[in-house]
Amino acid sequence: MVRSSLAVLVIDENRIRASIIEAGLREAGHEHVTVIHDVTGIARRIAEIEPDVIVIDLENPNRDMLENMFQLSRAVKRPIAMFVDRSDQASIEAAVDAGVSAYVVDGLRQERVKSILDMAVSRFNAFSRMARELEEARSELESRKVIDRAKGILMKSRGLSEEAAYTLLRKTAMNQNRKISDIAQSLVTAAGLLGPLEDE
Amino acid sequence: MAAAHQITAGFMPLFDSAVLVVAGELGFAAREGVELTLHRETSWANIRDRIAIGHFHLAHMLGPMPLACNLGLTPLASETIVPFSLGLGGNCVTVSNTVWEGMAEHGAAPDLEPARAGAALGAFIRERAATGSDPLRFAVVHPHSGHNYELRYWLATCGIDPERDIEIVIVPPPFMADALAAGRIDGYCVGEPWNSASVAAGTGHIVTVKALLWRNSPEKVIGVRKAWAEENPEALAALLRALHHSARWCQDPKNHAELAALMAGQGFLGLPPAVQMPILTGRLRLGGDAERAIEDFFVPFDKAANFPWKSHALWFYTQMVRWGHVAHTPENLAIAWNCYRPDLYRSALKPLGVALPGANAKVEGALKAATPVGSAGASLVLGPDGFFDGQIFDPDEIDAYIAGQKHAGSLAQ
Repeated sequence: MVRSSLAVLVIDENRIRASIIEAGLREAGHEHVTVIHDVTGIARRIAEIEPDVIVIDLENPNRDMLENMFQLSRAVKRPIAMFVDRSDQASIEAAVDAGVSAYVVDGLRQERVKSILDMAVSRFNAFSRMARELEEARSELESRKVIDRAKGILMKSRGLSEEAAYTLLRKTAMNQNRKISDIAQSLVTAAGLLGPLEDE
Repeated sequence: MAAAHQITAGFMPLFDSAVLVVAGELGFAAREGVELTLHRETSWANIRDRIAIGHFHLAHMLGPMPLACNLGLTPLASETIVPFSLGLGGNCVTVSNTVWEGMAEHGAAPDLEPARAGAALGAFIRERAATGSDPLRFAVVHPHSGHNYELRYWLATCGIDPERDIEIVIVPPPFMADALAAGRIDGYCVGEPWNSASVAAGTGHIVTVKALLWRNSPEKVIGVRKAWAEENPEALAALLRALHHSARWCQDPKNHAELAALMAGQGFLGLPPAVQMPILTGRLRLGGDAERAIEDFFVPFDKAANFPWKSHALWFYTQMVRWGHVAHTPENLAIAWNCYRPDLYRSALKPLGVALPGANAKVEGALKAATPVGSAGASLVLGPDGFFDGQIFDPDEIDAYIAGQKHAGSLAQ
């Protein structure tokens, strides 16, 4: 039986990433997309879904179990092999770098599957970029808070203006070749140890 | 100062990655001019894939895995060679409390004796089958693993057909204890500390150990991307020397507390040091109040533990043939023969003046007692190395061995 749209199964414990991939696949015109987060009872689910392609994140420790199931193929009732053409080193590298792997039903035409893997790779990359930016934004916020506290300590203990306190922090950071947030953190830690200097 | 060689290696969170981990963490690699970067992985499939595409130059691997790669049994693989073995022994078979109670009713005792435990398990399985219960489900970590083959060897020898009388599934090592506790599996064969983890949780009993199924038998190895090894012989030799010094350090009892603490770290096993000690001392808690000391339970260095014997690879090959993973052909036999590389081990360690075996293969199971053997340099003691059923594996008689096991398998049915 040839289906117009491939049945795609996405296995990803990260729900946000899984939904991003799912949305991408639907935008690309794939209607038969199923997402599962938990591999418990997966043999039965695969038998029900009969996927043509399975996309899984590399961090999923159950890959060995899945591969064995595919090889036994009793659970899925048909042979499944890794999709990527063994000679296509660039695609394999891109997929592994992004943290994604894909399996397909044996005999499925490669060009039909390639777009799915390419999409998954770009969505994985987009997700990790997003996660990184979020982390950077969070740490920037944290360091701004720490700098504010350090300024407060200097203003109180040395009677400086806010601007003078900041200048002192910046100058110290430059002299020591360290980040201003590191200097601020050291000051806050030291003040915490000394206690009364910072009566918060 | 930049190191002369940059090597990236993958490992799985298992105690038998210790020799590789220690080489990187305690400076043995650095002393040989190697900057060793370690990556903890979550599946053997990832290790295989990342070696195949060149992310890792080498990795902590299951002994039969490089064979499976080279024999074309895995979806994505590059040619992988084995120039170093990470140790002997270290695995156990653990069952749920329910299965243990059933086995105890049929004569099992907390003594780890494989034949006695196997007979009791067989009787319990037949009793269950008579009442129409589902077959017991055992887990191993990978189809192409020592665990799978030693579990099957034990069961088949004890008259249990691993294909029909039980079900064998794959579960990642860190999930074994949870899967057993949750009742998803009834037993498993895995390396430490994932057996002691079930005992500590009060949810399982250790019924036998690898060291009693086949004493001083091979377990994990260093699998190396062949193309990289050929282009970087000096880097590989430097690393092998580092691993040699690391393995010697790991074997020394005065380092055990430090080793257990290191392996307990979040970046490695993430379990308390006390759970790491059984593998080092060989004193295992079996479940309940039972405790037992096992000689040669895990050997990271002594008895030529790091030598990549071709006979070890060939025994794995015979079991791959036995369980239908690969056909026995002259071509496949040649691939298996060429996978383990004692020549690389020897040439790397020769400058150290340490004992090196003169032969590339040995008759497995022939040594009833510790025996000095012909070696270059200092003296070398091997064995004892018996299989629990008294069988002998002579790599020169591989056809007869394979044929004999087919016969034994049909008797078990």
